[in-house]
Amino acid sequence: MSCDEKVDCGRRRLIVATAAVGGVAGAAAAVPFLASFAPSERAKAAGAPVEADISKLAPGEMMTVEWRGKPVWIIRRTKEMLDGLKKLDAKLADPKSNKPMQPEYAKNEYRSIKPEYLVAVGICTHLGCSPSEKFNPATAVEPDWQGGFLCPCHGSTFDLAGRVYTGKPAPDNLEIPPHKYLSDAKIVIGDDSKGA
Amino acid sequence: MGASNYEKFKTDGSLAGNVLEWVDARFPLTASWKAHLSEYYAPKNFNFWYFFGSLALLVLVLQIVTGIFLTMHYKPDASLNASGVPVAFAAVEYIMRDVPWGWLIRYMHSTGASAFFIVVYLHMYRGLIYGSYRKPRELIWVFGVLIFLALMAEAFMGYLLPWGQMSYWGAQVIVNLFGAIPLIGEPLSIWIRGDFVVGDATLNRFFSFHVIAVPFVLVGLVAAHILALHEVGSNNPDGVEIKKKKDEKGIPLDGIPFHPYYTVKDIVGVVVFLAVFSIILFFMPEGGGYFLEYNNFIPADPLVTPPHIAPVWYFTPYYSLLRAITYPLFGIDAKFWGVVAMGAGVVIFAFLPWLDRSPSKSIRYRGPIFKGFLAVWLVCFFILGYLGVLAPTPGRTLVSQICTFIYFAFFLLMPIYTKLDKCQPEPDRVTFK
Repeated sequence: MSCDEKVDCGRRRLIVATAAVGGVAGAAAAVPFLASFAPSERAKAAGAPVEADISKLAPGEMMTVEWRGKPVWIIRRTKEMLDGLKKLDAKLADPKSNKPMQPEYAKNEYRSIKPEYLVAVGICTHLGCSPSEKFNPATAVEPDWQGGFLCPCHGSTFDLAGRVYTGKPAPDNLEIPPHKYLSDAKIVIGDDSKGA
Repeated sequence: MGASNYEKFKTDGSLAGNVLEWVDARFPLTASWKAHLSEYYAPKNFNFWYFFGSLALLVLVLQIVTGIFLTMHYKPDASLNASGVPVAFAAVEYIMRDVPWGWLIRYMHSTGASAFFIVVYLHMYRGLIYGSYRKPRELIWVFGVLIFLALMAEAFMGYLLPWGQMSYWGAQVIVNLFGAIPLIGEPLSIWIRGDFVVGDATLNRFFSFHVIAVPFVLVGLVAAHILALHEVGSNNPDGVEIKKKKDEKGIPLDGIPFHPYYTVKDIVGVVVFLAVFSIILFFMPEGGGYFLEYNNFIPADPLVTPPHIAPVWYFTPYYSLLRAITYPLFGIDAKFWGVVAMGAGVVIFAFLPWLDRSPSKSIRYRGPIFKGFLAVWLVCFFILGYLGVLAPTPGRTLVSQICTFIYFAFFLLMPIYTKLDKCQPEPDRVTFK
């Protein structure tokens, strides 16, 4: 700060100090406003686990349940579908599911607890659209298509284990939510705690 | 102070004159009228391209007025009503069917959004061809780019309000763009949504932004845009500074007062614009599915993305830039770079004043390299816009990648090719028949 005879340096310093302290107070006052943007307590509480009855799900079909406002798919894969998964490794970005997009118990070649049933969050890891079902190999979404999903938004493709093809905008495999079997016919999504 | 103002504006003694004198001594009414209208000297050689600034202002007023009336009937509420339809979606249908003349006001607003972008794109292209961003008009241009950004934010947030399928999934995609930023992305996108998915909290805050915050910013930026323009004076199709040649009173030889000359000229533009606008408004308010997308007549469903989703037409060139990036770089996901490309595609306009090194401003005196590159760039812009409404295929992705490359090359190589280009000499005075 430059001080010449015409300026009362004591007063000038006081002004600067006052402005600085006032500025800090002004910035602090912005905190509650910015914090009010975060999810409310009600929104946070809305994430309870959901149960799904899979007894009526036919082989080769899928059902959708809502969990935390997101679609969760349950797909009952046929033997042909499961065999098709093995042919794809070279075309996939993360065939061995090394990235943490699934709980430990679903880190296997089928990305599921039971090979037959895939439970996956139906939200594309690119920008959050819900991919469409393209199970029929004849739809030929990709060369040598084994059935899977095509995201309508930006063209990412996923196989029947929710694994993403390479060279697509989506970086990761579909998320496998925490889930567990209550019985052969009942799955609970959003809870994988052991015991009663 | 007061006394000097009384001297400046002498009254003729009539009642009106006395009232004006009283006001002028207290508020710069006559002075502002003169500075911005009756004694603002604009080049006399304005052509067709110079309609779009005043038309943009007209559409802004139209959007604000219709928006005020829509706000009286609309409810930003994502919960389901007794018939199982989201309240916000039902509110728009209520405006369309039950509010007297509500359909007209709503269609004016939705058609106005597309009209706004048509007018603004043409206004920007005018700046591009006549070098209106060049010194000393850099700040006008930068304010203009900020207006464009604010307008995109305004349009995007407004599009969520009808709470249709396109509203919902469009917002889902765009908010998730922020999730692509490394480390802070995921918490940031949750913070923006106010929930883990697009929901009621998102709808309410977008309503608040759309109705009050962004319009405030927009109006402020428009004021700054015009004040900066009136400080340095308008460019013209010849790119010649009219202030270099003045008469003995200091008035540019090639300048004419904005009022009445250009106010009258602009009224012609307004009449033509309103005629075209009315035809769309009354006979094709959905614009063939481009102004109001058909999927948006289905209420938002968080579980099902429509089989084909595309942004509204005015975002499609930038949406194509986003989709064109499919390879990761420096260990960061492709989606982050897609977002970067999309953002850079808009922001790069702001750097034009410093990228362009050509000795002449106007395309009339520019060399073949700039003209050719601009033409190719324009074609790419249209191709990107066209591809943005289509579903991606490997072939289309490749075309959009080539166009993306040319789009950016036009800007980034500009310091080189504008220097190499063979320009014709600019005339001393504007050309005028």
